[in-house]
Amino acid sequence: MDVSNTHLLDEAVVTTKLDAVVNWGREASLWPFVFGTACCAIEFMSTAASRYDISRFGAEVLRFSPRHADLLVVAGTISYKQAPILKQIYDQMPEPKWVVAVGACASTGGFYDNYATLQGIDEIVPVDVYVAGCPPRPEAIIDAVLDIQRQLKREKSFEVRNTDFKGKLDDV
Amino acid sequence: MTSNITALESEKLFETIKKAKEELGFTLLLDITAIDNLNKTHPSSTRFELVYILRHSAFAETLIYKVPVLDESVGVDSVSSLFGSADWAEREVYDQYGVNFIGHPTLKRLLNHNEFVGHPLRKDYEITKGQYCATSQDLMDEMRPLLKMRNLHLNKDDLMIVNLGPSHPASHGTIRTLAALDGEKIVAAACEIGYLHRGFEKSCENHNYNQIIPYTDRLNYCSAIMNNVAFAKTVEDMLGVTLPDRGIFIRVIVSELSRVIDHLVCLAAGLLDMGGQTNYWYLYNPRDNAYDFLSKLTGARLTNSYMRIGGMTHDLYEGWQSDLEDVLKKIDAGITDSLKMIKHNRIYNDRVQNVSPVTKAQAIDYGFTGPNLRASGVPYDVRFANPYYYYDTFDFDMVVGSVGDTYDRMMVRFDEMNESMKIIKQAIQRIPDGEINVSDRRIILPQKGCVYGGIEGMMNQFKLVIDGVKVPEGEHYGSIEAANGELGFFIVSDSSGTPYKVKVRPPSFYHMAAYPKIIENYQVADAIMTLGSLNIIAGEMDR
Repeated sequence: MDVSNTHLLDEAVVTTKLDAVVNWGREASLWPFVFGTACCAIEFMSTAASRYDISRFGAEVLRFSPRHADLLVVAGTISYKQAPILKQIYDQMPEPKWVVAVGACASTGGFYDNYATLQGIDEIVPVDVYVAGCPPRPEAIIDAVLDIQRQLKREKSFEVRNTDFKGKLDDV
Repeated sequence: MTSNITALESEKLFETIKKAKEELGFTLLLDITAIDNLNKTHPSSTRFELVYILRHSAFAETLIYKVPVLDESVGVDSVSSLFGSADWAEREVYDQYGVNFIGHPTLKRLLNHNEFVGHPLRKDYEITKGQYCATSQDLMDEMRPLLKMRNLHLNKDDLMIVNLGPSHPASHGTIRTLAALDGEKIVAAACEIGYLHRGFEKSCENHNYNQIIPYTDRLNYCSAIMNNVAFAKTVEDMLGVTLPDRGIFIRVIVSELSRVIDHLVCLAAGLLDMGGQTNYWYLYNPRDNAYDFLSKLTGARLTNSYMRIGGMTHDLYEGWQSDLEDVLKKIDAGITDSLKMIKHNRIYNDRVQNVSPVTKAQAIDYGFTGPNLRASGVPYDVRFANPYYYYDTFDFDMVVGSVGDTYDRMMVRFDEMNESMKIIKQAIQRIPDGEINVSDRRIILPQKGCVYGGIEGMMNQFKLVIDGVKVPEGEHYGSIEAANGELGFFIVSDSSGTPYKVKVRPPSFYHMAAYPKIIENYQVADAIMTLGSLNIIAGEMDR
């Protein structure tokens, strides 16, 4: 083969940036870990069931071990008692990882402004997308997944994110 | 419902409750709670009073004892030796109010975390004072005595300690079980709950009666409307009002539909846990159809907040009958399809039959109610024992199991869905025209036209929204048959628009208390199925 002919590979090879090709792969193969605790988890069940079918967006491979997952879906109220568990799960997930706070409770504590409830999971772990609703409809949860997909396309694929995040439970 | 509150001295507590159980036949301890009298305008002699709610073995009669606690740090005698259900109930009172129970085997916190300081339901504990928790307890303090009791040793008997949950879908996200395993067999187990404790009862003390309705939605979020109904009905009983017939029929229809969709999600998830994923689609998809009906009716899919004190937000919409009948057809098809796959399925039957059976006596002792109790062969259903809302005029059967194993618990739910659909079909035929709400301006908001068109209506609306519905002073326990069993509310009113105290009697709480005992000697995989069949809903269990 005459390698001096530079036009030979034009038809077969596409040149692109490494980030673009890695993120293209990641985008449609998010593996969620569903940290479902309450009402929102029931709506996540609907999201995974036939009608809303989250697999249309490549995120149906629900992992029940955090070590297999890259998308933490926190669906439900997180109490102060649950908080160290959530942090442990987040820490066990390998990079890169994204976090969705589904519903009012996970985002802000919701109307549980009381002694038992963590006032938003962003006190403990960094959050990428917040979903409004109590509970949000399945469409809103799917929208959050699409949001993550849009976000990750703009990211550097080999960079560790949120290194400067410091949660309330990080220094104890 | 006949409920009478008897005052009792604390020294006589144990003897009286023992007598009530053994001689008077009050064999089911429904609930134990406390009242903190600190903020009462006319306080009783002691700061804390305990409330014991018992149910007769014939199930119609309720007996309530009220006991003043002379010194909360000394406390009162524990009744956990009389009733299995008292174990966790007393732990909860200790956790929330700091009342000691003499002779309780493991008096430690239940709902709040182990680093928590203080007792949140005391009136001098500020509602928003949260406390961070950095570590979880290892639960070995409960496991070690269990192993000792069974003459087992961790190393010598080559046991393995395994943590099931709390963060696992098969443990419903919030239930933690520590199991000691001999191979695959569970030889001892201890449970920890409270991971979804979100301060329901404290929130109730800080909101007026109608504002509590959305909180009740989130108790058992699989059948939200039934919780609305239970709460609204209890408050209406205290007010001494009854809904017009149309309102009652609407409540019956939406409650029974809620029961059906609650059982659907229980069975769908339970069968998914054992690998029967197709059943999940068959059973869950009609639930989405029911959501369509409910969101058309109430505006929300899951947490409907449809009820109000004295009625509901609005009437049924035009054409609801055909929508509902369509939903029922789809649910029926889903159930038929699912049953076709499992009824004569060897794998299914082998995996669930004779697994974790609960006898009649055990079930009563544990404080079981609802489908789990009926699975054990005890014919108790509030709709039959204390018929409310014309349930005695509907033609339907009580579904009762025989062995009380996982199979019975699941099959009772399958059959109950059919019975509920029978009720809905009759109610669609029988529902009368007319008003849906009580006609009382002190309870129900005026028409919008009156609010915008006149000072009287505007003031009426203003007072109801700001002050809330004023409930006469008193204490009342009311309950209905919810999807998981007897859902009761014990409400203390100080005649203002905000309850002085609300205690939920959640069925799942007592089912969960029995769980570590009934999974013993079965395999880990069986324990997952047992948990699914008990249908533990963390929202109502942890509150």
